[in-house]
Amino acid sequence: MTGATGRKSTFIRNLDPAVVTAFGCILLLLFLGSLYSRSFLSPEYLLQQLKVASFLGIIATGMMLVILLGQIDLSVPWTVATGAMMACAAAAYGPVGIALAIPFGILCGIGIGLINGVGVAYLRIPSMIVTLATNAVAQGVMVVYTGGFSPQDSATAAMRYLATGALVPGVPNVVFIWALIGAAMVFLLRRTGFGRAVYGIGNRERAAYLSGINTRRIVMIAFAASGGLSALGGVLLAGYASKAAQSMGDAYLLPAIAAVVLGGTSILGGKGSYLGTVAGVILITLLQSILSVTQMPEAGRQIIYGVVIIFMLLLYGRAPASR
Amino acid sequence: MNDWRYRLTEHRGTLTAVAIFVLMFIIYTANHPAGFTANVIQTAANKGVLLAFVAMAQTMVVITAGIDLSVGMIFLLTNCLASWLVVGSPLETAFGVVVVLAVGAFCGAINGAIVIYGRLQPIVATIATGAVYFGIALLLRPFPGGSVNEGLADALTGRIFGVVPASLVALAAVVVLIWVPFSRSVYGRAAYAVGSSETAAYMSGMPIRRGKLLAYTLAGLVAALGGLFLTFFTYTGDAALASGNAYTLFSIAAVVLGGVSLFGGKGSAIGAVFGALAFRTIGDLLFVFDLDPLWQPLFQGLILLAAISLGALALFRVRNRLEWFL
Amino acid sequence: MESGAPLFRMEGISKRYGGVRALENADLSVRAGAIHAVLGENGAGKSTLIKIMAGVVGPDEGKMTLDGQPVAFASPAAANAAGIACVFQELSLIPELSVADNIVIFNPPTRFGMIDRKAQRHLAEEALARAGASDIHPLALVKDLPLSRQQIVEIAKALARKPRILILDEATSALTAADVSKVFAVLKRLRAEGLALVYISHRMNEIAELADECTVFRNGSKVASYAAGSRSDSEVIEMMIGREYHSVYPPKPGPLAPAEPVLETRNLSWANRLHDISFSLRAGEIVGLGGLDGQGQRDLLLALFGVLRGLRGTVLVDGRATSIGSPAQARRHGIGMALIPEDRKTEGLMLPMTVRDNLSLASLDRLTRGGIIDRAKEESAIDRMMTLLAIKAGNIDAPVGALSGGNQQKVVIAKWLMRQPRIVLLNDPTRGIDVGTKQEIYQLLRRLADEGAAILFYSTDYAELIGCCDRVLVLYDGAVKRELAGAEITERALIASALNIPSADPSHRESIQ
Repeated sequence: MTGATGRKSTFIRNLDPAVVTAFGCILLLLFLGSLYSRSFLSPEYLLQQLKVASFLGIIATGMMLVILLGQIDLSVPWTVATGAMMACAAAAYGPVGIALAIPFGILCGIGIGLINGVGVAYLRIPSMIVTLATNAVAQGVMVVYTGGFSPQDSATAAMRYLATGALVPGVPNVVFIWALIGAAMVFLLRRTGFGRAVYGIGNRERAAYLSGINTRRIVMIAFAASGGLSALGGVLLAGYASKAAQSMGDAYLLPAIAAVVLGGTSILGGKGSYLGTVAGVILITLLQSILSVTQMPEAGRQIIYGVVIIFMLLLYGRAPASR
Repeated sequence: MNDWRYRLTEHRGTLTAVAIFVLMFIIYTANHPAGFTANVIQTAANKGVLLAFVAMAQTMVVITAGIDLSVGMIFLLTNCLASWLVVGSPLETAFGVVVVLAVGAFCGAINGAIVIYGRLQPIVATIATGAVYFGIALLLRPFPGGSVNEGLADALTGRIFGVVPASLVALAAVVVLIWVPFSRSVYGRAAYAVGSSETAAYMSGMPIRRGKLLAYTLAGLVAALGGLFLTFFTYTGDAALASGNAYTLFSIAAVVLGGVSLFGGKGSAIGAVFGALAFRTIGDLLFVFDLDPLWQPLFQGLILLAAISLGALALFRVRNRLEWFL
Repeated sequence: MESGAPLFRMEGISKRYGGVRALENADLSVRAGAIHAVLGENGAGKSTLIKIMAGVVGPDEGKMTLDGQPVAFASPAAANAAGIACVFQELSLIPELSVADNIVIFNPPTRFGMIDRKAQRHLAEEALARAGASDIHPLALVKDLPLSRQQIVEIAKALARKPRILILDEATSALTAADVSKVFAVLKRLRAEGLALVYISHRMNEIAELADECTVFRNGSKVASYAAGSRSDSEVIEMMIGREYHSVYPPKPGPLAPAEPVLETRNLSWANRLHDISFSLRAGEIVGLGGLDGQGQRDLLLALFGVLRGLRGTVLVDGRATSIGSPAQARRHGIGMALIPEDRKTEGLMLPMTVRDNLSLASLDRLTRGGIIDRAKEESAIDRMMTLLAIKAGNIDAPVGALSGGNQQKVVIAKWLMRQPRIVLLNDPTRGIDVGTKQEIYQLLRRLADEGAAILFYSTDYAELIGCCDRVLVLYDGAVKRELAGAEITERALIASALNIPSADPSHRESIQ
């Protein structure tokens, strides 16, 4: 029955309607914000938003990789916290500790990601469960380690510099870090065999396996990368706040998933572009910022936040009709 | 006689959950300083019942191959609502209970409508509705407070004839009055069918939309029952984000322990209830072994990790590697 | 040829999917007490026609009448209520539910709003008996039954609805010979009971045995209706493909010069599905796997390709014992194996991905340098394959799912040929594709063999084995029962050895379990 030959040009195809809509929504939000206050269109405000968005952007990058595989990483909250706490903890061990603080934090995240990856790829446990369990374990370890209080160790100067400093005046370093990671991700997804395999596995793992792709290794690497990126996000957040905190990661799980999905990546895997994720991250950040600037109480912000996400998804995130 | 073999296979997940629970509970009571007394059971029951309700709610959605990440928030929202409404004269209290349950069911129905008619993936749709429900809960109770009809609360959290915990009886009643009729109805079967194979269910002309909608709605209703009981235990309403999230996450753990397949189509709320009770008992084991409560989250996490990894052992019996990929 | 007024009539039915025309002004009329065969190539519109009959999709234009009254079906349930039941090619059973649950799924008996399990069981047993399958336990889960039994349950499920019109879409494709004869007996009895049956099949012998009337479709329209037996097979095929039907098979080169085998197995066994399989495969040779469906042929291909665990025995490549633990190892340099899998939609392709991405997916290791895709190299490799296989795709950046079945299968083959494999395993590659593409695939296989590839070819179509293969290994119950070579490969010999009977008498087909 399917004799169709798609004649859409590459140009049109690359313009994913979801990404276009997401960018449209960003403009709309900026417009609405500017009605409220002129300062919404000032470079300072926009840069500030970009800086805030960078933390989410780094974490969402890892989440996207996992979602492209048709999986999900629910261990983000405590991977972020573990990365932050372990980096700060390392800083307490003299100059060597200070030097190794950042890599150590990231390594802890990769470790958590590797456990997720082994569970999903080799033990074939649904990712929702494995990552839930590793999140609980990471939380348990951190609670034991900190004694249930926020740790007293503080971030190293390097962490603070990366999160708050500005190598180029006016442009925060963390924005550069996100840009670098983003560029690497785009390259990875579009130009490497790994990227192709990720899309292939996300579409149909069975067919990818029978094509001779080492699907398990790729799934495991993707989870490890997600863990590492979450931990990096945590390290930078700790630098931003000068120290780690118990529940610092909680506020990143749902926004990260929402950003990826609002950017047009299919939650079932196999489809999505990084540009969309960038749009989703900025969109979520702006939304949060506008809601907080309007000094609306937390309750109202939550409600609007949820309603807006549902509304936008209904605009373009729908599955095709069955009949 | 031959039938038994098939029935046993059908209920293997549930029976395993019961076995895990019984084992854990024996270890728990055997080491409990007070031993197997009505008091110990009542405390354990009251702790377990809340998660059991939420897990039962989660099961309804999970059998349709969906997931409800807002279930913990419906639980909080109804808790906060109950702390306003379930007070006063018996008539007022009854009215309050009805409203609370109706609101819960309505929240569930909204989830269902978005998933079915909006054609959004359940995981993202319920994340978003969860934020909305939490916002409303926060609106109702910016700070912990409120009250509840204490007579009713004490009656439902106390003991019947001084022995049987009333909360357990209530839980059993909900299973009999809601879960059993649902699972054996045409709509319940449609919910299972849609979870097992949506195309096949459609080709077979089953009422899949109504079945799914009913599943989501009942999930909201059962979560509201949980919220109601939370109010009965605490006498207050509290919109605590961490608690809502924890209940959502633990409900998934309980469902898995209860032998319900996250891929849909398989499992029973009864299994999930025992999964929830087992999960709670595991958490309390530390207490009877006199360990620092600080270790509890880690212990719970490790047990969960171990339990799900055990399930993966079946993998090594797979002789055809294609079976790895569903 | 019409005897009695038609029970059900479709007139001027048209249906489009997106821009693709699936049916154009199609007609069909069926009468009670007769079996009506619908023939046509894949893509001729048969499936769409019966989906419209069964209410799965709605027509864009046209009208349907039942007993002379106009009808329209909004859903499968509506068609069902009108007395039309359908046994689909893709199973419509719910795997996690029991056989009884599935059989009564349309209209379960209820008491107090709950499903009455006793009554349900009773109905299920009745329906199973009517379908000639009382041996299936009503409480067994459908997913635990073999495919062949599932198909019988599907028929029982249709019968439980007490239909007036029963549609069977390739309903025998997964059945074993024993089950086929049982089903035929059931169908003949239903015809005697006055049902109207619509039967869709690719197997000409089945149609000859069953049908009273036939209708041929081509390109979404009806070509002709005629009384069964009034046209010869070649006339029918001509109607189906719309051109002369020549010999479709390329000439065979005759016996090869003796050479060392490229692939050899010694006493290969797996679980209780494969038993002591020993054979060898030389370069330039096409070896067929024959036998009834489900005798271990698929398992053998998967075993060679490194998918199965716990293999016993030896696999030798170029005379050296080799252990292959995954498709990734099987395709590696030095082994160079390729497998064209059974189901192109779930195992061969990623339907939403582009033709380009699908084509390069099995060769990513060769098309990348340091992990980075060499675009020029990829482009030229894809161009080569598109020409070699004459893949008709409007745009290689369009999803592969938009191609016709035949072109999809070509993409699956092309993605492996891109690696220039030395050993090619094919798992029923021509199933469900049009005659034209089949012919191209036969030519291609012979050309590959001539260029030095060793080919192991499983087919459920005996004619293909006879036409294409230099040798055929006939499997029965997971073991090689007979090896046929050259002129020995005849339909008679294939069937006889497939049934594992020494005297080559095909009429014994029914008596074999």
